[in-house]
Amino acid sequence: MALQSLDIERRSATSTASPMARKTLEVAKLIDVSRCIGCKACQSACMEWNDLRDDVGVVAGSYTNPPDLTDQSWTLMRFYEEQIEGSLQWLILKDGCLHCADPGCLKACPAPGAIVQYTNGVVDFHQENCIGCGYCISGCPFNIPRMSKRDNKAYKCTLCSDRISVGLEPACVKTCPTQALSFGSKEDMLAQAEHRLTDLRERGFTKAAVYDPQGVGGTHVVFVLPHGDKPEAYGLPKEPRIGPLLAVWRSWVSRSLGVFTMFAVVVAGVFHYMKVGPLEEPKDDPSKRGED
Amino acid sequence: MATADKSSLTPADKPLTGSPGPAQREATSGEASPLTSPEPLVKPRVGRAEVPGEAPAEGPRLLLRYSTGERLAHWGVAIAYILVFLSGLALFHPFFFWTSALFGGGPLMRILHPFIGVALAVLFYPYAARLWRDNRMLPRDWAWVRAMFSYINRREAGVPEVEGKYNAGQKLMYWSMIAVIAALLLSGIVLWQPYFAPSFSATARQAAAVVHVISAFIMFVGIGIHVYAAYWTKGSMKAMTRGTVTRAWARMHHPGWYRQVAGKGR
Repeated sequence: MALQSLDIERRSATSTASPMARKTLEVAKLIDVSRCIGCKACQSACMEWNDLRDDVGVVAGSYTNPPDLTDQSWTLMRFYEEQIEGSLQWLILKDGCLHCADPGCLKACPAPGAIVQYTNGVVDFHQENCIGCGYCISGCPFNIPRMSKRDNKAYKCTLCSDRISVGLEPACVKTCPTQALSFGSKEDMLAQAEHRLTDLRERGFTKAAVYDPQGVGGTHVVFVLPHGDKPEAYGLPKEPRIGPLLAVWRSWVSRSLGVFTMFAVVVAGVFHYMKVGPLEEPKDDPSKRGED
Repeated sequence: MATADKSSLTPADKPLTGSPGPAQREATSGEASPLTSPEPLVKPRVGRAEVPGEAPAEGPRLLLRYSTGERLAHWGVAIAYILVFLSGLALFHPFFFWTSALFGGGPLMRILHPFIGVALAVLFYPYAARLWRDNRMLPRDWAWVRAMFSYINRREAGVPEVEGKYNAGQKLMYWSMIAVIAALLLSGIVLWQPYFAPSFSATARQAAAVVHVISAFIMFVGIGIHVYAAYWTKGSMKAMTRGTVTRAWARMHHPGWYRQVAGKGR
């Protein structure tokens, strides 16, 4: 849900240019996993700011609660117990939309304007245009969007597009008590991430890395992972990208070629009739000739 | 089914028995005097008019090609196809998103599309089950397929005589629709929100979408050819509207079928 209107980089199912007169600063949220204590304040802040209330569920044997992202839970602390280099590691990941520079959801969406990408990098769902087909869910390499059972519209993190459009940081960032979350220009966030990496490496996390996957053109939510060689341990795909199936299915070229061919079939029929003429019915009964 | 039912024909179609008029002569003399043939476009073929006892000429003038049930089923499928195709077009390319307005807007179009698709399959398969025997590919059909280019250019020479109720082009159309509608139905179930799609993986849904799009495209081209062929082959539309064809039409396009059914109407 956006207040930004004239700084749109891309719009789903739209062939012509989007309103992009203004170019805003490319922003990013940095999530330093090494500083996260798993307090879930970000989860609460998200619910609070976005007016979301998930159903009260049951404990599934883990701190992860609710057990999955939903249309009411746009961010979720996921807790993993992993054996890494001989020791048990308790890994915590703040899951939610990564706001890809090359968003699979937007590519997959057939409804004009249901998904937009602002020039600041935020990928936003406009539920009033959503038709509920669920293509964004199958197009997302990170399994983020969720369909509401109430209205059959897809929902996900907006990066608090309504807050950042007026110069505020996202609600989760504002509430984080350990500065695991930061928000700013993408450039600044990457510089800050490098700083944290140096820190972590000094502390012995030699494989610490920044997670800004280039397979989706980079993301506008960037992670600092202490075990950067194993993003899967945090539930993140190692090399996320828009798959060849989606590329074929939703590519502008293949779809336009399809439309063109369909027109060509119609035109071929007209030309054939013009050139070859009809296969006339032989006259049956001479007395009836001329009537048919 | 194939039996010409007199009661369904117009009273004017009185049997020609006993009055060897021109129509009857035409049935027997086509081969002998092609130059005087009343239909210059119909070139005589060996064996076509050789009907023992001139039985065909004695039946009613019009032959029943599709029963009322078959015609209803056909047009039911046709209406479902038009609706499912128009609604699917909106999902296929933004250029056509406006077609969703015909279905009450995007969300309603998305809700209706799969139900119309299932209705199409439900109407199509029982109908197709009644026709499969007539659509078995026979050895001569493959020769017809090889001569298809001559056929579509209206060069009858070298095009083998059609043995059964359908020519090879129609049979291939039949089997391609059997396959394509099955592919559309199965892939459509994988994509069906909110009922079935959530139980399939993202990759499965993407693959299903690709299959769905390609099948829909093949179906559009197939139906396009089908509709055009019916319009191009004069006299065919009536087979699916009124249910009947003329004897001459049957002799020309489906001589084997003509010999089977023409004499049975007495």
